[in-house]
Formats: sequence, C-alpha cells, structure tokens
Amino acid sequence: MELLLIAFLVPVLVGAGAVVALDRPVDEPQVKVLEPPAPEPVTVPAPVEAPTVEEEAVVEPEPELAPDPEPEVIAEPEVELEKPAPAAGRLARLRARLAKSNNVFSQGLLALLAQDDIDEDVWDEIEETLLISDLGADPALELVDRLKERVTVEGTRDPESVRAMLREELVAMVDPAMDRRLSATRKDDKPAVIMVVGVNGVGKTTTVGKLARVLVAEDREVVLGAADTFRAAAAEQLTTWGERVGVQTVRSEQEGADPASVAFSAVETGIAQEADVVLVDTAGRLHSKANLMEELGKVKRVAEKQAPVGEVLLVIDATTGQNGLAQAKVFTEAVNVTGIVLTKMDGTAKGGIVVAIQRQLGVPVKLIGLGEGADDLAPFEAEAFVDALIAS
Amino acid sequence: MFNTLTERLSSTFKNLRGKGRLTQADIDATAREIRRALLDADVAVPAVREFIAHVKERALGEEVSEALNPGQQVVKIVQNELEEILGGETRNIQLAKNPPTVIMLVGLQGAGKTTLAGKLSKHLKQQGHTPLLVAADLQRPNAVKQLEVNGERAGVPVFAPHPGVSSEHEDPTGDPVEVARAGLEEAKTRQHDIVIIDTAGRLGVDQELMQQASDIRAATNPDEVLFVIDAMIGQDAVATAQAFNEGVGFTGVVLSKMDGDARGGAALSVKYITGKPIMFASTGEGLDDFEVFHPDRMASRILDMGDVLSLIEQAERTIDKSQAEKMAQKFVDQEDFTLEDFLDQMQQLKKMGSMKKMLMMMPGAQGMRQQLEQFDDSQVNRIEAIIRSMTPYERNVPKIINGSRRARIAAGSGVHVSEVNTLLERFREAQKMMKRMAAGGGIPGMPGMPGGGAGGRRTHRKGKGKAKNRKQQRFGNPARAEAEARKEQERQAKKATQEIGSAFGAGADPKDFDPSQLNLPKGFEKYLK
Repeated sequence: MELLLIAFLVPVLVGAGAVVALDRPVDEPQVKVLEPPAPEPVTVPAPVEAPTVEEEAVVEPEPELAPDPEPEVIAEPEVELEKPAPAAGRLARLRARLAKSNNVFSQGLLALLAQDDIDEDVWDEIEETLLISDLGADPALELVDRLKERVTVEGTRDPESVRAMLREELVAMVDPAMDRRLSATRKDDKPAVIMVVGVNGVGKTTTVGKLARVLVAEDREVVLGAADTFRAAAAEQLTTWGERVGVQTVRSEQEGADPASVAFSAVETGIAQEADVVLVDTAGRLHSKANLMEELGKVKRVAEKQAPVGEVLLVIDATTGQNGLAQAKVFTEAVNVTGIVLTKMDGTAKGGIVVAIQRQLGVPVKLIGLGEGADDLAPFEAEAFVDALIAS
Repeated sequence: MFNTLTERLSSTFKNLRGKGRLTQADIDATAREIRRALLDADVAVPAVREFIAHVKERALGEEVSEALNPGQQVVKIVQNELEEILGGETRNIQLAKNPPTVIMLVGLQGAGKTTLAGKLSKHLKQQGHTPLLVAADLQRPNAVKQLEVNGERAGVPVFAPHPGVSSEHEDPTGDPVEVARAGLEEAKTRQHDIVIIDTAGRLGVDQELMQQASDIRAATNPDEVLFVIDAMIGQDAVATAQAFNEGVGFTGVVLSKMDGDARGGAALSVKYITGKPIMFASTGEGLDDFEVFHPDRMASRILDMGDVLSLIEQAERTIDKSQAEKMAQKFVDQEDFTLEDFLDQMQQLKKMGSMKKMLMMMPGAQGMRQQLEQFDDSQVNRIEAIIRSMTPYERNVPKIINGSRRARIAAGSGVHVSEVNTLLERFREAQKMMKRMAAGGGIPGMPGMPGGGAGGRRTHRKGKGKAKNRKQQRFGNPARAEAEARKEQERQAKKATQEIGSAFGAGADPKDFDPSQLNLPKGFEKYLK
C-alpha cells in the first residue's frame, strides 16, 4: 500500500519523459542507455602559479631539498611545541613501506613474469593481481590489454622488459604529469583555505592535524577550523593537534553547532591574523546522505563569503573498494574536490581505487598517509607509488 | 555503458533467446559479465574465481526455461548461489547458558565498532536483556567518551574505569585486558545478563594489538566475537578477515555502513574466506539503524538489482498508517486524488530520506536511470512550494486553476508559470492513470502488457504502471520473473477472469488473486493487502 503512494508520485516528479523511456520494448537496446554517461573530467582549477611558495610535490626525495623545518613558534608557553619532520624526506619512507605492505602484489607479479612463456593463464593472473590492488575491473582489463598488445607488437618475451612495460603503463595510468601541488599560499591578501572532507572513519581529523604539521614545517602560518561539530570530541582532538605545533584552533563551544558558522569564523580568524593557510576539518558523512552533502555545500559556500576555498581535499581510506569512485563523484558534485588524500596505507590494503578516481574524475591524489605517526603524511608521487608497487 | 548487471546481460544475450540449452559459449559470455559485476561490487578476487567456477559447473547443461533468456537464467543461478552462500546459516546471538553472555567486538579502525556497541546494546535491551557496555578501547582518542554517549542514548550503563586517551599524542595507558575482565566481574555482581566489550580498532598487520585482542578473548571467554567490517571495504577484506580470524578468531560478522551505496561484496568475501555467518547489518548513524542480515537482499544488492523489500520496510516504518489507508480507500472508491493528497504523500516520503535514492531503489529504476540521474531532490521542494502557493480549494479541485491563478501561484512560489503548468499536467496524467487502474482497466500507453516474462521485466515498467507491476512482476529477480512468466501464460489463457488490473495493489479483488502463487519473497504478503 505504501508503494502505491510512491507509485503515484513517480510520474509527477520524474515526469512524462520517464514514461516514454520505459515504454520501449525490452529487446531494443535503449539508445540513451548505450551512451556512456561521459564522466566529465572535472577541471581542477589550476593552482595559480606561485612557484616560490607553492608546496611542490616533491620531485626528488633528497633531504637536502627540504625547506627549513623550523616551525614558527607562537607564544603559547604552556605547551612545548614540537618540530615536525620536513615533508620532503618523507617519500623515501614511502618506498620502503609500500614495498612492505604490497608484498603479495609485487611478489606475485614477479613470479609470474619470471616465467619464460607468457600464456593466457599468466595474463589472467596478472589481471587478478591488479584487481587485488583495488584498481577496479575496467582499468585492470585495460592495462592487461595494452600490455598484451605491446608484448605482441614488440615481440618480446623477456620478463624483465614486460615488467618494465607494466611499470610504464602503470605510471602512465597514475599520470605523473598531474599537478599535485597543494594551494597553500596567500592569494589576494587572503589566506588559502583548505577544506577536508570524506566519509566516516577515514581519518579526516588526523589528516588535518598532520597537514597542519607539514605546513608548519614549511613555515606557513596556519589556523585550524573544527567544523566537525557532530562527532563527540572531534574538536578537542583537533585542538590537541594544533596545540602541539602552536597553531590556533577555531571551534564552537557547544556541540552540534552549525559547522558552516565555525568554518566562517575560522576563515575570519585566518584573515585577521594574516595566516597563510586556514584548514577546515568537517564531519564525516556518507555520500549517499543528500542532506549531509547539502550541509557540506553550505559549509563551503559560507566559508567562501570570507575567502575563496582554494582546495578541497577528499580523504579516502586505502581499504576502500570500488565505492570510492562513487564517493569521489558525489563529493565532487557537492564541493568540487580538488585533491585526494589516501590514508591508512600502512595496512595490507593497496589503495588502487585512487587510480580509478584520478582517471575518471581527473582529481589528482595529492597526499598519502603512511601510518599512525604524526609525520606520516607525505606528498604523493606517481613514479614512487608505482615503483613501490612493483618493486621486489 | 550499462549500469547494471541485468542491463549488461540483456545486451549480451539479446540474440540468444530461444536456445534449448545453455551452451558453454553462453555460459562463458555470461560468466565474464558476472565476474565483472562481482568485482565491481568488491567481492574478493579469490572468492570471485571460485564462485564463478562453481556457477559455471552448475549452469552447464541446464534446461533453458522458456521464460528466461540464457543470461537471465545464469543470473538466476548466480543469485540462488549467492543467497545460499550468504545465508547458509544465519543465526542470532547465542546466549550463554549461565549469564552473563559475553559479546566482544573486533575490527579495523573506523569500521564502526563503538557505534555498533551502542546499537547492539539497544537492540538487546529492547529484547528484555540488561546489557552492560565495557569500554576496552583505550587506544583511539575519545573512544571511551563516545561509548559513554552511545550508552546514555541507548539507556545502557557503561563500564569505563579508564578514561582512555583524548588525543593521538598521549600514549595509551591502562590495560584493556584488565578492563574487560573487571567489566565481566562488574556485570556478574550487578546482574547484567549481557556484556558487550568494545575493543580498539587495529590493522590486521599489527601484531601487538592483535595479541591484545586475543588476550581479551582469553580473559573473558566471550560467547560471541563479532567482527565488524565496513561494507565499503575493497579487496583488502580478504587479508583483514583472515588476519582477524587467525589472530583473534570470531564467531560472527557484522556489516557496517550499509546505508551507503556500496554494494558490499565484502560480505561474500568474508563468508567465503572464513565461513563465519553474517549476523547483522548496521545501516546508519542512529542507534536504531541496525537490522538482522538478510541474505536475499544482500544477494540482490551485490548484483545491483534493487532492493525493494528494504524500501517497503522503510516506507512502512515512516509512513503514517492511517494516511496510507485513507489513500487506499480513495483508490478503491475511485475518488480523485487531489494535490492535497499528493502533498501529504510527498511529505511522508521526504521523511524517508533522499527522494532520488528512493526512486532509484524502485524496481525498474534501471530503466529510468537516465531520468532519475537528472532528478534532483531540490525539485521536490519546488513542487512543494508550488502546491503550497495554491489555496486549499485549488488543491482539491485543480481544474479551476485558470491563467490568472497560475500566474499568482507562480509568483507565490517563485517559479515560472511553465513549471506550474508542467506540474498540473503531470498531475492530471497521474490522476487519470490512477483512476483507470482502479477501474481495473489496462494501463494507458502500455500496449500488450506482457505479464513479466523474460525481457519484459526490465523496461516496460514505467512510473505509471509501478504499483501494478509491483505485484505482477518480480523486479529483476529472475527466479521470480520465471515464476511470474509461468503465471502469465495461465493468466493470458483466462484473461477474462484474471484481469491484469485485478492483480493490482489496493484495488485487487482477493478472489482473483492469490499471492501465495506468486512466489513472492517471504513476508511480502502483508504488503499486498
């Protein structure tokens, strides 16, 4: 009976168009459906060229390139401020850790490619190994097909060169040319505003905390905004992160306050203090909850009344499967995500879904969380990522 | 690109109808699509491999039903298999002979253990138990506090002798094993018959924490160890489940975050890898968003076939009974539906959450995915605004709305007159359709009205025919579609007595229609009244 009610609503809401489409006999392929839904590449607003101060995705992980790691000490006598490790040296560790966590992946591939003869079974297994990294069915199939083709064309049977090809193709897929810089520079005399969003339990607050440390290490003046007013004690957690490096956290005294107003005052404070960056933490929300996504849109809109939000980082947990794509799509629709942060890479998960996200939405992975340590957030670099994946 | 397995398979098999028997080639082609569907649903690769092999074996040589094309038939087999595996042995919490029953929760960080502890305690409390929550997660910042809040909301006492940590930078102090043990003692003295122990989230590779969980297990000897896993997890489900099964050992599985749109292939993976039953599904942030696991729905969800039963249940929970009855009565009496009714219904439905999501769950939504994609929940608000700008009399007798009234309504609701027109036009159509359906006639614009045989299932269902098809067809489940197709043949034979319209919802004449013949899912009958 309840469905009867719904049934009545549908034609009115969706309109006659729906009826026409449904009228078609089943056997005729629906022309509309056949059209690929054209995943429109989201144009990532190109960060304004400000070469001197932009935090570059580290090109070479040599520590000597590291900027002066001295954090700016703000007078807050009761807390002993920590000196976060520089961001630059971090990538070196990525390699070691990824190699460790991706044992199955790399060893499997090596063993396969070490065989003299590459037959259909081997290809299947290569594909499965790619699938296990959560790369997704389409990209994995595509990669294997391209590899097959190249092996045929170039007539090589040498496992080493096939491996080199695999690396090349993977790198191409991860696309090292993407702009992975974080826009964290004052613009038009206003601080850069970075918003951090994501579903529940992926580590947003921790990421904001770690990112604040990175920025402090790069000598930026940072203000934190605790716009996660939903989860019990999220603001306290963020405040603690801030205090450790002498960064002020703007928060609401009462729980359940309007997150948009917290974001607004955070940016306001940032402007008043002439900070370089305002980092806004938001509450975790499932992308399928329309009202919560609207709320997120509001947070951004309201914050932008003060200063443009130049960067929206979507945090994705490495264990996330194909649903990550849906998350990225919906969050992009709501707040125009400009970068991905991949967290929890210290487990056994491989985080291959970010490759699919990058490909489909054109949103680059910008940062990668390697563990629970405070300085375990590193800039993402395509080549190192892939190297680590297929390194022995 | 096709969005659902059914669509993909239909396209693969559109030329293959009418073969006598499934051939190897048919099965191989179908198997590829099913494999992809499973992979897209995040079913673990080894599980997919094994599963497909199994299905192939079973499908080979199977008689081709006249009603189903080979693709659908394989899907049917797949779905049966899935249900079998997922539901092999669903069971409830096993209570200890000598209380207290100890339930321990384990899982990865962020899987939702603490939230689940609150939900589970509430669930058990509602069943007349007196649970005690024990805060043994001293690792995550504020986990203890969160559990206390949840306990308070559920009205369940929380045993938290240790405050835990409040930020990442404090080193965890206190011994969770000791807390668990003390919690158990506390429960005994205070006569709680169930103890729920919330433990720290951990990575599968973290030896130390794994050992800790295993120590808690040894110290408290729980009757149930529930492994909480996020429905969004990908291929890592295998490694995680294995690590927990070997490291701690668990007796049952809870799928969390099922309110998202993840298809939850992890359910299948975990079941495959560990053989442990999936017991509950956690479906939201509220403490009541907790339900017993339904294998059949999960199977449909993994295969992306819509989830009608959940929709109905949700509707039942939120929709006002007396309202619904009033509507049904109107329908039977063939009264005109008014815009007032429409507004009421819309408000009811809004309570159920995103209208778009709900419409997507409607059987046959696949066919209108294109339209639905463009549908925006904010349109609902506009429509509401338009109706609210009408006088009560206009709402009840929409035909008096003339040009000047339209202009006024448009101005009042801040829309263009054309939008008011569109709404009124659609409304008139829907009104007519409802009337005709109630009169037992056919559905306008649906010539032939095939009952729901092979192909008909998917696309000919349209918004207008929705309620009718609800009963007559089985929404994307080939098993039911098959049964339905058989029915249809009989039906056509004696069309005079068994008018299609008579098999329709509220207007149905019980004499002509026997729900039990329809092979409906369990519990469906009550919705047919």
